[in-house]
Amino acid sequence: MSKVMVVTSGKGGVGKTTSSASLGAALAQSGQNVVLIDFDVGLRNLDLVMGAERRVVFDLVNVVQGDAKLPQALIRDKRIETLSLLPASQTRDKDALTEDGVQKVIEELREKFDWIICDSPAGIEKGAQLAMRFADMAVVVTNPEVSSVRDSDRIIGMLDSKTLRAENGDNFEKHLLLTRYSAARAARGEMLNVKDVLEILAIPLLGIVPESPDVLNASNLGCPVTLHNPESVAAKAYLEAARRLCGEKLEVVEPVERKSLMGRLFGRKAAMA
Amino acid sequence: MPGETAALPQLRVRGRSFMALILVPEAPITGWLAALDSQMQRAAGYFAQKPVVVNLSAVQNEPADPAALLYALDMRGLSIIGVEGIDRARISGTRFANLPDLRQKTEGEDPLGRELALPEEAPKPAPVPATTSLLIDRPVRSGQSIIFEHGDVTIIGALSSGAEVVAGGSLHVYGPLRGRAIAGVKAGASARIFCRKLSAELVAIDGIYGTADDWNRNYEDCAVQIQLAGGALKFSALG
Repeated sequence: MSKVMVVTSGKGGVGKTTSSASLGAALAQSGQNVVLIDFDVGLRNLDLVMGAERRVVFDLVNVVQGDAKLPQALIRDKRIETLSLLPASQTRDKDALTEDGVQKVIEELREKFDWIICDSPAGIEKGAQLAMRFADMAVVVTNPEVSSVRDSDRIIGMLDSKTLRAENGDNFEKHLLLTRYSAARAARGEMLNVKDVLEILAIPLLGIVPESPDVLNASNLGCPVTLHNPESVAAKAYLEAARRLCGEKLEVVEPVERKSLMGRLFGRKAAMA
Repeated sequence: MPGETAALPQLRVRGRSFMALILVPEAPITGWLAALDSQMQRAAGYFAQKPVVVNLSAVQNEPADPAALLYALDMRGLSIIGVEGIDRARISGTRFANLPDLRQKTEGEDPLGRELALPEEAPKPAPVPATTSLLIDRPVRSGQSIIFEHGDVTIIGALSSGAEVVAGGSLHVYGPLRGRAIAGVKAGASARIFCRKLSAELVAIDGIYGTADDWNRNYEDCAVQIQLAGGALKFSALG
């Protein structure tokens, strides 16, 4: 049974594309057939993060408009053979997509793939609405700060009303992925803590991905962080999140700030004569 | 002057057929009048402006004065245009004596006329104050707008920042109130707003509104009740 998952947030720049790529790679590494679809028409990034920008010939808009067949547009990942990418167009914009066209593409992909991950653009307009329209479940990516939480709340409201599932009265599964989390800043009160975010958003927690320089390094190299550096804290968090998506009951552990020895020695202001 | 006659205005007479209601009082007359009163209350418009013929054949042997019955019907606002089934002598001297006997001699038709079904119209409801209520048992998310003018609104969950509720009556939030709460659109100044945790952006009752800067900081994050007192919003702690 294939699953269509939308990775959305409302707010821009919180880690949707990074999370789509990392979760997709993690799921594909476990042997499942995964396709990533970039819905950010005109501002495509998923091909960069996946390192496929020099192999894009046809894109989602071409397929929707009938200029190309789906197999012509799909780009298979060189590192994991069960992972594929359907890039967005860079020269067009979101108005080029139609609901019927997107529905046909997703129906065709359901036949071949176990996971269809839709990387939503930021915002609440047509691009974001089309990305969520045909989804079976959603991962809502949120940073632990006030603007991101409010925008995520808005997008959760839309998931409960604008998706085909919600219109048919079915329950729409939503998961919260808290990204760019800094335990130190949360402890100092500069960032919202996990409890506060969960209290406002009230959806189950999929995972907490700590802020990590490895993410930027991986994306610069065009490789999802779970492939590039699986031992980093961010990659471990994504790998655990992927296991939870497959149904495994793993407890979410809140990352704790780890102080080095020097930090502990010199962390407190000592009153010395 | 001979030979000259003033021209008479031409007399034009026209004909029209219409249906008249035929009332046939039955014994006991008081009971029958009570039934008539009940029907007139249920469907006041049915008898208004309709020509009524009273057929007294069923009660012509009653000792009561038939004229009294006719006056009783008259007083109820019935437009009596004909009386039949009674000896004319018994109503002589009343205005009803001159009314024609309108029975038609058609073959096969029931001389009393066709039986009609009486309408069962519900009495027109007086403007009822809002008594229905809306229950929302999930959080109201940012950007959602709930408008329910017919009564109270109850939310089991949070009213998120950036969401708004407009209630005709009172608003009860079993959770944090973080958005906009507008109450009393129909019920007016008697409406109240209740919440478990006050973090609202704006509250309004019957058009009187205040934003978060306007109220006492002490009530933030507390369970409060908001009502109108003397034309101003009054906050009080709840339990």
